[in-house]
Amino acid sequence: MSILERLYVWNIAIGMWITLKHIFKRKATISYPEQKREFSPVFRGLQILNRDEDGRENCTACGLCAVACPAEAITMEAAERQPGEEHLYREEKYAAKYEINMLRCIFCGLCEEACPKDAVYLSETFAPSNYQRKGFIYGKKDLLIPHPKEDPEAYQKALGSRTKNKEMQV
Amino acid sequence: MIGLLAIDWIFILEKLILIVSIVSISLVIAMYETYAERKVAAVMQDRRGPNRAGPFGILQPLADGLKLFMKEEIIPNTSNKLLFIIGPCMAMLTAMMTSAVIPWGGKIHFTLFGLDRWVSLQIADINIGILYIFGVVSMGVYGIMIGGWASNNKFSLIAAMRGASQVISYELPMGISLIALLLLTGSLKMSTIVAGQLDTWYYVLYQPLGFFIFLICSFAECNRTPFDLPEAENELNFGYHQEYSSMKLGFYLFAEYINMFISSAVMVTLFWGGYDIPFIHDGDLAKSIGYNWLAVLEGLSLFIKVALFIFAFMWVRWTIPRFRYDQLMNLGWKKLIPLSLINMIITALLVLLKENGWRF
Repeated sequence: MSILERLYVWNIAIGMWITLKHIFKRKATISYPEQKREFSPVFRGLQILNRDEDGRENCTACGLCAVACPAEAITMEAAERQPGEEHLYREEKYAAKYEINMLRCIFCGLCEEACPKDAVYLSETFAPSNYQRKGFIYGKKDLLIPHPKEDPEAYQKALGSRTKNKEMQV
Repeated sequence: MIGLLAIDWIFILEKLILIVSIVSISLVIAMYETYAERKVAAVMQDRRGPNRAGPFGILQPLADGLKLFMKEEIIPNTSNKLLFIIGPCMAMLTAMMTSAVIPWGGKIHFTLFGLDRWVSLQIADINIGILYIFGVVSMGVYGIMIGGWASNNKFSLIAAMRGASQVISYELPMGISLIALLLLTGSLKMSTIVAGQLDTWYYVLYQPLGFFIFLICSFAECNRTPFDLPEAENELNFGYHQEYSSMKLGFYLFAEYINMFISSAVMVTLFWGGYDIPFIHDGDLAKSIGYNWLAVLEGLSLFIKVALFIFAFMWVRWTIPRFRYDQLMNLGWKKLIPLSLINMIITALLVLLKENGWRF
């Protein structure tokens, strides 16, 4: 070490100057609940179960998504559509129970790729925190998109730009 | 009965009010120092710091205090119970005691029940002010030592030993650099030292090296970061307060912040003109706005100077890494003591020459 370095003082002054400069720098932090970072167009978030424009559920409980899922997060039970339920379900078969375990899900999007009926999409939100493991098993109630006729605003919001882009591509 | 009447009751009342207000002011300042420390650390690391509790997070210290009170209080089975409790009390007591001799402002004039009174904003203007500060400050190490010993934990004990040897090593250059200052002031009385700087040059201009040594030593005495070996987190697990929890831990942390405030005040009083308002002639100002307002402005000026020093303490903490133990001892014994001795001898020589009629 040179004499200047051995005196500590000069090096300390340089260090102090550096920290002083950092006071006036722009902060990288985003104040989360008030400000939100915009997701990229390919962001894959929480799944939604889609409806068609009349509000009927697309899902036919074929089970392809459950087969495709590498994390085995999806379970479903199929049921047959009864006469008089045509306004609820688009096909003759529907999912009576459809559950995704959000603690297992890795948000890879393979379910979305596998779905032949455009029924499952990864949306632009993510699973919020919860106090219990039970709370992370999302049922149909949590996953179904709002009704497009009864609540068109919430429907559009839940649909997001990602599903729209996809429809345009198809 | 006559004896009771002879006591100056208003004098005692004045001092009581002064003591209560200074103690509570230093507690509040210590509270907001914790907030300021987190904010300063945050902005220096390009973060935002606490900003959730209240506007700009100003209620954060209250939340922290509440949290400390709510914590479970654990006294280890193998500890010395009495000393374990005395330790933090000692740290807090010595931290608060030093504020007694610091002049916080000029004199206030008021008339009460027909009595014409001048009250100086200093609790005790004793003629050995600096010696008193030194005495109390060197007692401060007992808080660390007793706490470390009573915890009955080897890390705490090592930390206590480090703390004691550090304070002893750094008190020597501190004292020697003060001798050089006292050669100029010719008095140990705090009010005289401030009066010598009112409306003239501050002593830091006569004693720049002395001030620098004093500054380094006060960092060491406060156990602040380049010298925070007693509580070295990564080697000693927080050192002497490792076994402490709840408000006893809070007392130790609080005492550190009060020490920081008081040592800034001491440095301002000794070297930076105390409560003097810089660039303005205080006596002239008193004629235009009156002595009471002047005292308020002077107090404000002192607190601004102190705040700058506290900022410097934090600035250094978030810049410089901790010294190794041998580096600490090297710096204390091989660099600071010779430097302060040279400073003292040169000052003594110049004072002697000046007294013998030399002009420079």
